Amino acid sequence: MVTNLAIVLPANSDNIGIWIAAFLTLCIYSFLYKDNPFYKFAEYLFVGVSAGYWVARQYHNSLIPNLWNKLVIDHNFLYIIPGLLGIMMLMRLIPGVAWISRWAISFVVGMSAGINIIANLQGNAIAQIRGSIVPLWSGDILTSIYNWVLLIGVVCGLMYFFFSIEHKGFFGGVSRVGIWFLMVSFGASFGYTIMARISLLIGRMQFLLGDWLQVIRM
Amino acid sequence: METLAKLLNKLKTLDRRIIFTLTALAVIIPLVARLGIPSKQITNEVQGLYDYLDKLPPGSKVLISFDYDPQTKPECHPMAIAIVRHCFKKNLIIISIALWPTGASLADQVLTDEAKILGKEAGKDYAFLGYKPGGAVVIQKICTNFAEAFPTDDKGTPLKDISVMSGINDLTPFSAILSLSSGDPGIKQWVMIAHEQTRVPVAGGCTAVSAPEFYPYLNSGQMFGLLGGMKGASEYEQISGFKGMATAGMGAQSIVHLLLIIFIILANISYFYEKRKEKLGIVD
Amino acid sequence: MKREFPMLITVIAGLGYLLFYFIPHWPFNLIGEMFQSWVIVISAFAILLGVGSLIKVHGDRISRKTEGWPYSIILLSGVFITAILGIWKGVDVGTPFDYIFRYFYSPMGSTMFSLLAFFIASAAFRAFRAQSREATMLLVAAFFVMLGRVPIGELIWEGFPKIASWLMNFPTTAGQRAIMIGAALGVVSTSIKILIGIDKSYLGGD
Repeated sequence: MVTNLAIVLPANSDNIGIWIAAFLTLCIYSFLYKDNPFYKFAEYLFVGVSAGYWVARQYHNSLIPNLWNKLVIDHNFLYIIPGLLGIMMLMRLIPGVAWISRWAISFVVGMSAGINIIANLQGNAIAQIRGSIVPLWSGDILTSIYNWVLLIGVVCGLMYFFFSIEHKGFFGGVSRVGIWFLMVSFGASFGYTIMARISLLIGRMQFLLGDWLQVIRM
Repeated sequence: METLAKLLNKLKTLDRRIIFTLTALAVIIPLVARLGIPSKQITNEVQGLYDYLDKLPPGSKVLISFDYDPQTKPECHPMAIAIVRHCFKKNLIIISIALWPTGASLADQVLTDEAKILGKEAGKDYAFLGYKPGGAVVIQKICTNFAEAFPTDDKGTPLKDISVMSGINDLTPFSAILSLSSGDPGIKQWVMIAHEQTRVPVAGGCTAVSAPEFYPYLNSGQMFGLLGGMKGASEYEQISGFKGMATAGMGAQSIVHLLLIIFIILANISYFYEKRKEKLGIVD
Repeated sequence: MKREFPMLITVIAGLGYLLFYFIPHWPFNLIGEMFQSWVIVISAFAILLGVGSLIKVHGDRISRKTEGWPYSIILLSGVFITAILGIWKGVDVGTPFDYIFRYFYSPMGSTMFSLLAFFIASAAFRAFRAQSREATMLLVAAFFVMLGRVPIGELIWEGFPKIASWLMNFPTTAGQRAIMIGAALGVVSTSIKILIGIDKSYLGGD
């Protein structure tokens, strides 16, 4: 089934590939000057290749092992049901019978709702509340202060999200402290976001300057 | 003073393409100049992950989930390389899956390349089981029944024919679960479902954007380590003793951060100057 | 029939999982596990639905020759060439599919996202102002994290990484934890509303 690339493509195919990748990279960067046909070409090609990628992956990694083999090799005929529900899902594409897809969607939504209830309660709500129950005097002043910061931050932050009481007076003060904690948190997130976006640019420049132009060697 | 006022006025209407050019130069120049700035301080979350894997006895099974795509490759791929290399060097057994479709190709590349370098054999030292759709449901499924979700590996070989998979019916045989994640499904679902239901220790690496949201998990002990973005990856490379793509990028990362801080300071000076002018009733 | 039966399916699927979780014995364990396996299969079809919809939209654009239709030919060529090669020759390292992934998909995806670096730089310059006490707190936290999380920060002053770590481990953790608990309770209440039939938005109109 698997064909070696060398049989299909010439020996210097990797070099050709790097040039193609560099061309497509520059097509997309041309958008920084202004929208143009090169950018549009790369944009549409990207969406198309992504969709094609998903189809092939679903076929090899899901439909064959998790449906076809179950039915044909294992003779587990209960898998006819998800197969039918899957086909019903595709009915969405046919206007007259699009409503049939709701059966499949409902199944996935119901299952996800069930999992979400347990996972969020157990993994996030309860575990995080448990994590906030910290000793307020641990014998060490610094640790104790930090634990206070953590507890006050969580309680005040939660108070800010509680909209059933008007935010004024004592409650208003508490929720204001909550906002401060949230702002510090958003500031940290902003700093990290900048870091993330710059890393992506560095990655592309490493490709252009290294793999393609070979100005830098990794 | 007048020159400063003119400069601040110009800043208000600065063409975005000038900002773009300066940003690009701040990345290109340090890369060409090979400006390498190693981190002296390794964060606890990175050290925690490294130490945990380092202390596992040879033959321990580690599940690595590739939950990222090429869009975040510069951040997550160096982590994947560093972690896979570390696990192979410690003779840990890697079982790998992907919850993101494109994560499968990236996983295949990393495992194939690293196995070649370190002389590891597919099926004996590691297994790559491919991608499955369903996200949280897949995690829930393998908590109790691994083979039902992954009946074959990525190449279509049945699990019962893969020696390294013997005895793995659910998640409990694993000594650690590592998710390299750039969104949902990813670390969050592994912690909320896999860790909470099986108590198998969870850690991972993520894009810097999502790193802050995992700190509560570190604090509550639901995660034992975290590599946040390219910086996290570079720290891991550094402890592991090799210079990879992440370490090579840290010089450029530093310079761009400095540039952006300068941008923000200049913009704020301009803002306060305008505010003061308004207060004093000065018109241009 | 068009709405009631799907709602019944939702309840059966949701309860099937909850019973499996709380009573992991026969027959609930079998039902719960079976439902999970089914979702994996249906999810694959959901992705195919997305691709089908994309093909339909761009097929229409080509047949109607709407503005920019030649780009739709490029898009559909991308879909069919990648999918056919992937299904025919396999998806492993070394196949033509892998070649497309390495030299077409991967560079385009990475570059598309890296454009954000330029836009965030521009946004930082234009929008990041200390207009209020809260905005100043955000700015100061961002400043310390930006310097404390790159090696040059250490070179300038070795206190930067320590401050950044403290900010991440305490105030940020506290803020994120408050958001996490609030969001978790929100997701739980929405999920319960779906299961008891109050929230039907997932069924769409008609």
